[in-house]
Amino acid sequence: MDAALLLLADSRLPAGGHAHSGGLEPAVTAGVVRDLPTLADFLRGRLATAGLVAAGLAAAACAGGRPGLDAEADARTPSPAQRHASLAQGRALLRAARAAWPHPALEELGPSHHPVVLGTVVRVAGGTPAQAAAIAAYGAVTGPASAAVRLLGLDPLGVQRVLADLAGRIDATAAEAAESVRAGVLPAASAPALDLFAELHRQADLRLFES
Amino acid sequence: MNFASRAAVAAVRAPDGRTRVTRLRSDGPLALRESGGAVYLVGAGAGPLGGDDLELTIDVGPDACLAVRSAAASLVLPGRRPGPSRLAVRARVAAGARLVFEPEPAIAAAGCDHRALAEVTLERGATLTWREEIVLGRHGERPGRYVSRFDVTYDGLPLLHHELRVDENATSAAVLGAAKAAGTVLLAGEDLTREPYAAEGLGVLPLAGPAVLVTALAEDTVRLRDRLTRGTAEARLAAGIEDPPQSPPTTRAAVSRDAGAVAGTAPDGGAGRR
Repeated sequence: MDAALLLLADSRLPAGGHAHSGGLEPAVTAGVVRDLPTLADFLRGRLATAGLVAAGLAAAACAGGRPGLDAEADARTPSPAQRHASLAQGRALLRAARAAWPHPALEELGPSHHPVVLGTVVRVAGGTPAQAAAIAAYGAVTGPASAAVRLLGLDPLGVQRVLADLAGRIDATAAEAAESVRAGVLPAASAPALDLFAELHRQADLRLFES
Repeated sequence: MNFASRAAVAAVRAPDGRTRVTRLRSDGPLALRESGGAVYLVGAGAGPLGGDDLELTIDVGPDACLAVRSAAASLVLPGRRPGPSRLAVRARVAAGARLVFEPEPAIAAAGCDHRALAEVTLERGATLTWREEIVLGRHGERPGRYVSRFDVTYDGLPLLHHELRVDENATSAAVLGAAKAAGTVLLAGEDLTREPYAAEGLGVLPLAGPAVLVTALAEDTVRLRDRLTRGTAEARLAAGIEDPPQSPPTTRAAVSRDAGAVAGTAPDGGAGRR
């Protein structure tokens, strides 16, 4: 894989990803994620739903030629809190990407959802839709996994093992998304529990992460 | 025995202002009856069963008002022959028209392999209430595979694309967790709240377009219905609507049925199904 794409997948990319837990913080608050096995279970479900949808949108944005992707992202994100978080992360990523990979396509891009920005940046950086899908699917679980270390004080080595065990599923999810987009269909897998967690989190008085 | 069935209902606004059902076509296990101002899916026989391919088309003409309900919950079962079952509902709601689609829950039995598809096209100024409830297995039973895809456009733009997959990932705490029943009510086109609301097992989610998705998870179907009802009221009350709009009664006269496709008299109707 191209080094530019590794930079994009890196959690050290200054795009504000560390401020979001992908619904993990409210799941911890609700007591459904407590330890490594419940974290693995949460990430598996998140990958198959929100991860698949993000991977599809990123692949479509990378392939280009499909206007209205932000409306498609909106229609796949019923939770207002999640739409807000996705737009905020899109804005932060666009800012970092414009600095790192100056390109007219990034200057033209207005306020967009995170996967749409990600796919566009991957295209500008010379990547393929399948690679855009892979970075999106990977980010869908690595962000919440880092949040779990901070929130639950889990052993980072144990969390890394959880992620390593998920690697095959991450690849499969990215492949499913890219294949679906090639066939002209954007995935729309929903996660009702994540939707509810996102809204409960927005109401919460005390929180470490924005989402 | 497996079915490829195509049922249809169409309604228009008559000159006297009442809604008239102008087409009511039952086919195979999809039997339709008009009763008390609504059209009911009465379900001739069990199912859907594996291998069934069912389609229902709903058309609501300008300014007409139609309610489609079902007489009982549907039990989604595996068939004797391999292969998934499929139920597609396609609805068009014209400008100024209203569709209420409120079937009873679908129960995903052990071993089922089902795809439910709903495609709803709302013209500008149409209103919609669309309920879907899925029960994950009969008592003490784990469900088979059940995928429910819901695609809605409003005035040509995407409003909601939502696919619930009851599969090996569904028990994840991120998807359905320990819930035994999941459901949604989509309210569109009315004056609705723009403020989200969340409580245990219930979310009232204003969409980016002119609609609210009420979503609920529960340990049983009674609590699920309670939550969806509460969320629906919340979505409307918060917008200052005291009484939800009701469907006016449809006239029973002047219903034309497609020849040879009347429920119960179709050659491949419910009788041969058991």
